[in-house]
Amino acid sequence: MEQLKTIGRELAMGSQGGFGQSKEFLELVKSIGEARSKAEEDRIVLHEIETLKRRISEPDIPKRKMKEFIIRLVYIEMLGHDASFGYIHAVKMTHDDTLLLKRTGYLAVTLFLNDDHDLIILIVNTIQKDLKSDNYLIVCAALNAVCRLINDETIPAVLPQVVDLLGHQKEAVRKKAIMALHRFYHKSPSSVSHLFPNFRKRLCDNDPGVMGATLCPLFDLITVDVNSYKDLVLSFVSILKQVAERRLPKGYDYHQMPAPFIQIRLLKILALLGSGDKLASEKMYTVVGDIFRKCDSTSNIGNAVLYECICCVSSIYPNPKLLEAAADVISRFLKSDSHNLKYMGIDALGRLIKISPEIAEQHQLAVIDCLEDPDDTLKRKTFELLYKMTKSSNVEVIVDRMIDYMISINDNHYKTYIASRCVELAEQFAPSNHWFIQTMNKVFEHAGDLVNIKVAHNLMRLIAEGFGEDDDAADSQLRSSAVESYLHIIGEPKLPSVFLQVICWVFGEYGTADGKYSASYITGKLCDVAEAYSNDETVKAYAVTALMKIYAFEIASGRKVDMLPECQSLVEELSASHSTDLQQRAYELQAVVSLDAHAVESIMPLDASCEDIEIDKNLSFLNSYVQQSLENGARPYIPESQRSGVLDISNFRSQDQPEASMHGLRFEAYELPKAPVTSRIPPASVAPSTELVPVPEPSYSRETHQVASVPSISDAGSTELRLRLDGVQRKWGKPTYSSPTSSTSNASQSTSNGVTQVDSAANVNSKARHTHDSRKPQAEITPEKQKLAASLFGGPSKTEKRPTSASHKVAKASSHAAEKSQAPKAAVVSNQATLDKINHQPPPDLLDLGEPTVTNSAPSVDPFQQLEGLLDPTQVTSTVNHGAVATEAPDIMALYVGTPAGGQSSSAENSLPSNSYDVNLTSELSNLTSGTTNAGATLTQFTKGPNPKDALEKDALVRQMGVTPTSQNPNLFSDLLG
Amino acid sequence: MGIRFILMVNKQGQTRLAQYYEYLTLEERRALEGEIVRKCLARNEQQCSFVEHRNYKIVYRRYASLFFLVGVDNDENELAILEFIHLLVETMDCHFGNVCELDIMFHLEKAHFMLEEMVMNGCIVETSKTNILQPIQLMEKSS
Repeated sequence: MEQLKTIGRELAMGSQGGFGQSKEFLELVKSIGEARSKAEEDRIVLHEIETLKRRISEPDIPKRKMKEFIIRLVYIEMLGHDASFGYIHAVKMTHDDTLLLKRTGYLAVTLFLNDDHDLIILIVNTIQKDLKSDNYLIVCAALNAVCRLINDETIPAVLPQVVDLLGHQKEAVRKKAIMALHRFYHKSPSSVSHLFPNFRKRLCDNDPGVMGATLCPLFDLITVDVNSYKDLVLSFVSILKQVAERRLPKGYDYHQMPAPFIQIRLLKILALLGSGDKLASEKMYTVVGDIFRKCDSTSNIGNAVLYECICCVSSIYPNPKLLEAAADVISRFLKSDSHNLKYMGIDALGRLIKISPEIAEQHQLAVIDCLEDPDDTLKRKTFELLYKMTKSSNVEVIVDRMIDYMISINDNHYKTYIASRCVELAEQFAPSNHWFIQTMNKVFEHAGDLVNIKVAHNLMRLIAEGFGEDDDAADSQLRSSAVESYLHIIGEPKLPSVFLQVICWVFGEYGTADGKYSASYITGKLCDVAEAYSNDETVKAYAVTALMKIYAFEIASGRKVDMLPECQSLVEELSASHSTDLQQRAYELQAVVSLDAHAVESIMPLDASCEDIEIDKNLSFLNSYVQQSLENGARPYIPESQRSGVLDISNFRSQDQPEASMHGLRFEAYELPKAPVTSRIPPASVAPSTELVPVPEPSYSRETHQVASVPSISDAGSTELRLRLDGVQRKWGKPTYSSPTSSTSNASQSTSNGVTQVDSAANVNSKARHTHDSRKPQAEITPEKQKLAASLFGGPSKTEKRPTSASHKVAKASSHAAEKSQAPKAAVVSNQATLDKINHQPPPDLLDLGEPTVTNSAPSVDPFQQLEGLLDPTQVTSTVNHGAVATEAPDIMALYVGTPAGGQSSSAENSLPSNSYDVNLTSELSNLTSGTTNAGATLTQFTKGPNPKDALEKDALVRQMGVTPTSQNPNLFSDLLG
Repeated sequence: MGIRFILMVNKQGQTRLAQYYEYLTLEERRALEGEIVRKCLARNEQQCSFVEHRNYKIVYRRYASLFFLVGVDNDENELAILEFIHLLVETMDCHFGNVCELDIMFHLEKAHFMLEEMVMNGCIVETSKTNILQPIQLMEKSS
């Protein structure tokens, strides 16, 4: 009996197996498909490798068998194991004459090999031959391979043939030839630079497929060089117009949208061509406006095209009507329940606010909802938007939010990113010094070593220089608050190194400056730091130098210095350190401490880290000496370059800048040309200049003017320490930094950042309004949200244009208005919440065939409502009105409009015995159609796919082979489109 | 370049199809697939179908037990990619008839051939189902 069964099964499968493949292959796929763990899968694959290694090199393997072996190799690599032993066989298969085998060979080779692999050279010849084939499918296969395997060295071998194929009679060939050129352009732009006109020519190809493909290389070319393609604007516009008017063959339609992927690419190209070009943009307005109107806003693909329209509109020269249309679409996206649409909406909003900043305010609550959404993707996108709309009035809220989020995540990649964003915003918009320092503290504390070291240097510079105002009191207050906050933080365990460096430096410079803390207190803290982070040499170096400064200031002010015992031992320990740097600093400290007050004051003047050191690069102070020597009969100095008598180009420069001739190499950047007067007097002495020249001009080492007198103790340590600041750009000058007192600078700043608030009174106003808003608790359900909205968006922009006196009133009124407009929204939200609750209660996984009983088990609640909640996000719009859903129907029908669809009711016609399978099918189908049914109606089904009978047969066949839905992995059978 | 890779991975995290449009070593692929599959599988149905991963953006969509993951550059239209995935599934459905995971496993090369028609150099070049399937049907006939 058993035997009969087996024989029957074998017969059913035939010698070739059910899918035209051998039983062996089916077994392999079956076992991989049913593997329950990665380990089990690995075991199967390793066994397979052993088998193949043995069998693939046997002589006289039939071609079909070999093809199967190659596919098995592909499996091995796909599952993460090395199949290099079989590469050569894949290469050999490309030589075969049969189309299927050749193409399989090419496929395997493209999957296995990078274009610099040694085996490629064995294929180039075959590719050349195949490109000449009479069978266009073989030519296509070869062109596919060209796109993957030809590198810049082998391009010349196939280029002429590929160019010939651009005129091939088959459109598929022309299309692939264009893409081959596109690939060559990526690999080596110069190799095809003479062929660019071909791309223009193919744009006018009769076949829309070829035209569509040509847009890819053209997009790349236009990205690089817009101006050369301005003449094509009209062509692109007219193509887009034709596409939108459904002039392309129906085959390109997707969900009733005419060739949406081509439309999107065209819109991308137009965005490039119209950017900053009013003339070109004007040609596009009509067609883009048409698309806005025509696009089906209920389907995903329609929204994708609309999104691309917004991108285009915000890139080209602004047009009020189009901006309005874009704003409408954005508000629809943001109001949608679908997270995907919200995401696109936030992104689009970020693009549009660059042009019309006021649009953001309409969407305050939606943006805040997205910001507070648990979905990380949405949250990050929203931060991106906030970053774009930051101004001095809302920077505090935004940066606080960013920091909170930064603290909450573990992903270092994104942490680094958002930390740099915080720093950037804080540097640009900080409303007060105190806030800035607090913010930086937080960033350093939590992102620490992920922060760029430059940021630390900027912070030190800020504390040292103040805000550029000549207000000493404010500056010293800033410093005191910095010291204060650092003393507070220093107790925390495990601070990042960069932050500790800043702390030590600030302690050293300003720890005792305001007299609040004694030297012994600060030095004690510094010793603690050095001890607690004894593995970090940089921190220790900063700490020791800070100690030296504090002692120097003490001595200079005439107080007696008592070194703390722990400090003493630290210095002793460091003077025996393995690090020469630490050693030197320790010795310097000891040397400074033993000096008298006057000397110390000269070395370490109090608060002089910002003094500019003037460097006389021409050594003009030696002029009189030189003059005297000359008069005494000394020979005049001849620059080295002139001595040789040979003039080369570098000599011209060295005549202008004599200091250059003193060194073989210049390390600093070339300055602007100096006045010729100074250059005429060449410096006579080389020795002193070598000491001075490498110090760049805006250096911080205040002791350089002392160099001559106390060269030995010029404390290389602290010089070096300060020299590090030199690379830092001047960020803290007057123009870039806003202080709360000067509203005008604020205003000009915000315009420069392209964010609202143009008038000069704005900041005072916004400040007032801000406090007003936060004082007044909102009566609506979401008071915190509205508060947040108010602080983020600062209320409607109109109020800001009013004079200060009126602002209070207006703000009040407008906030009422805002409340009103928000009320319905809030109601909707609460509705939504209950709806959501209903939808959430049973979380059935309808798409999963493994859990069958879901739909029928919950009759108490309307099952369709549940289904709708689980539908594809695009269809959710239809769920709200149960009566009017019929409008959705044609859309779904359209999916299969090209295929013969037969009506089938859910329970009937399914002759399969497996009960669980039946139920699954039902649930899946009901899921498909739930968008089209209204509550209480019976299920009406569409079957999908060309032929349900085929599917059933296929299913039966697989069962015969022993793979049954009830066995280990029933998912293998579930229809993907179910 | 647009599309950087296309993956089909089932609920258990097992790869069913992988196509990369830039070269990655076997180890890099293995690591990348592990990371993004873990990330995407952990998300629920309400959340966005987009995930950022390193410098890729992953657009994914689930069909029954199978996840389709497409890694794209940052300036790609995510919704369009989402629909591209659907187009791919529809095309396979058209060819196989009620396509299921097993179809892709048994006809791995055919699934690849379809992708070869649809995507070249990481760009979507063909979206007409007839044009995509014609060469494959011709090939089947000839052999």
